[in-house]
Amino acid sequence: MRFSFFPGCTDHSTSLEYGLSTHAVFKTLGVELVEIEDWNCCGAAATHSINHLLSLCLPARNISKAQSSQAGPLVVPCAGCFNMLKRTEHVLKNDEAERKEIEEIVGFTYQPSLEILALMDVILNRIGLEKVQEKVKKPLKGLKLACYYGCALVRHPKITQLDDPENPQYLDRLMKSLGAEPVEWSYKIDCCGADLALTYGEVVKKLVGRIVSMAKEAGAQCIVTSCGLCQANLEMRQEIGLPIFYFTELMGVAFDVEKRDGWWKKHMISPKPLLESMGLV
Amino acid sequence: MSYRLYGFVTQPFRVDLRMEEIKLETVTSVGKVDSSFLEEATKKSGEDLSLCYQCLKCTAGCPTAPYMDIRPNNIIRMIQMGMKREVLGSSAIWLCVSCETCGTRCPNKIDIGVLMDALREMAIKEGVPAREKNIHLLHEAFVQSIRRGGRVHEATMLIDYKLRSKDFMTDLIPGMMLFLKGKIPLLPSFIKGREEIKRIFERCTKEK
Ligand code: SF4
Ligand code: SF4
Repeated sequence: MRFSFFPGCTDHSTSLEYGLSTHAVFKTLGVELVEIEDWNCCGAAATHSINHLLSLCLPARNISKAQSSQAGPLVVPCAGCFNMLKRTEHVLKNDEAERKEIEEIVGFTYQPSLEILALMDVILNRIGLEKVQEKVKKPLKGLKLACYYGCALVRHPKITQLDDPENPQYLDRLMKSLGAEPVEWSYKIDCCGADLALTYGEVVKKLVGRIVSMAKEAGAQCIVTSCGLCQANLEMRQEIGLPIFYFTELMGVAFDVEKRDGWWKKHMISPKPLLESMGLV
Repeated sequence: MSYRLYGFVTQPFRVDLRMEEIKLETVTSVGKVDSSFLEEATKKSGEDLSLCYQCLKCTAGCPTAPYMDIRPNNIIRMIQMGMKREVLGSSAIWLCVSCETCGTRCPNKIDIGVLMDALREMAIKEGVPAREKNIHLLHEAFVQSIRRGGRVHEATMLIDYKLRSKDFMTDLIPGMMLFLKGKIPLLPSFIKGREEIKRIFERCTKEK
C-alpha cells in the first residue's frame, strides 16, 4: 500500500514526535508514505482570516503536487492542514467559477479523482483495525484515556466528512483495538482555542483548563489526540500535569517499536512516569 | 436585560447572552434600516443571513463567545440592521477561532465561522482598525513568513510578530521551552518554488 504524504510545517517543529511516531508506525504496518515534492505551507489558521483566495490557492498548489506525484491518495497528519486542504477540495469540486480562478492562478488542472485523507482515516478505513491488531505486541491494558478530537478534523462535517461531529468515535475505536480503555466524557469536541494561544493566553488557559480537568474527572490518566495544534496547546497551557499523547505514539507503544525514548523527550509533560507505572516503557 | 444559560456539566459554566448588546433605539427603528451591509456580507460570505431566527444555538456552543463584545447571534442581527461600523469594529470578528461549532449546529445552516472570515476581510479592506490588534498582527506575521519561504519558519515569524506587536514579554518561557526541546528550528527551510509562491501572493492580493 502506498500513499502520497503532506507532512506540514509543524512536522519539523512543534509536532516533531508526531512525525517520528507516524513514520515508525507506518513502517511497522508496511505502508509507504511518499512525501510530495517541494510542498508549501497550507496557510493554516492565518490566511483564511486575511485573504480568502490565498487560503485556497496555497493548499491548491499542494494538491497539484500530489496529483503529479501519482503516489496515490494524499494523506495529511496535521488537522489544520487537513482542514485547509479539504476546504479547498470542497471549492474545487463545487464551485466552477472559483475552481477556474484557482486553476489559473496556481497553474494546474484539478483532477477530482485525487482523494485527500486524514491519517486517522487511512488507518481505520484503508489499513483496517484487524491489521493494526495483528501488530500489537504490548496491549495498552488498563490504560484509561480520554480521546480528544477538537475541531479541525470533525468540523465542518460537510467538508471533513470524517465522523459524527457531535460524538466522533474513530479514536475511541482505535484505542480499544490497542487494548486501552477510553473513558466517556463530554469535552471530546470542544475547541481548545489554539489559534489564540499566542495572542490571548488567558482565554486559552481557561478553555484548556476545562478540557484537561474534565478528562481527569472522567477518570482518564492521559489524553490522546490526533491534532498537532491541540497536543501542543493542551500540554503547554494546563496546570495539572496530565500527559497528552499523539495517537501514533500510543500505537508505537503497543507495536513496541524501537527508539521511543526520543519521542518522550520532546514532550513538555513527560509521559514516561505514566508509561513506567503501566509497564509500557 | 440579560439572559443566562447554564450547561449540564459538573463544572458549571455560564453563557451570558447579553441581549443589551443591541441598542434599543436601533431595534425600534427597523423601518429605516439600510440593507446594503446585509447584502454585502451575504454576497461575500455566501451565507444566507436573512434565515437566522435568533435561536442562539451558535452562541451557546461558541468557545470564545464569553469574551466577545458582540455574541455570534447578535453579529447576525446587527448585520441585518445595517450596523456596519459596529460589526467591523468589534472584537468578536477577531476572537472567532473558526472552530465551526456554530456552523455545524445552526438549524438554518448558517456558517458564522465562514461569515467571520468574510467580515475580517471586509474590515481590513475598509481600513477599520482591528479591535484585537495583536490577533491581526500575528496573522500578518504568519502570512508574511509563508510569502518569504513558502513554509512557516516559527523563529522569524515570532520575532516579526513581537516587533509588530511590541509585546516582548508574553510567552517568553513557553517559547524558550520549545526552543530547548529542539522544536523551534533556527534555520528556515525555503522551498524551491518560491517564485511560484510569490506569484500566487501577487495574484491573490491584487485588487479585484
Ligand atoms: S444558530 Fe443559526 S439561526 Fe440560531 S441564532 Fe445562530 S445563526 Fe441564527
Ligand atoms: S466558528 Fe467562531 S463564532 Fe462559530 S463557534 Fe467557533 S469561535 Fe464561535
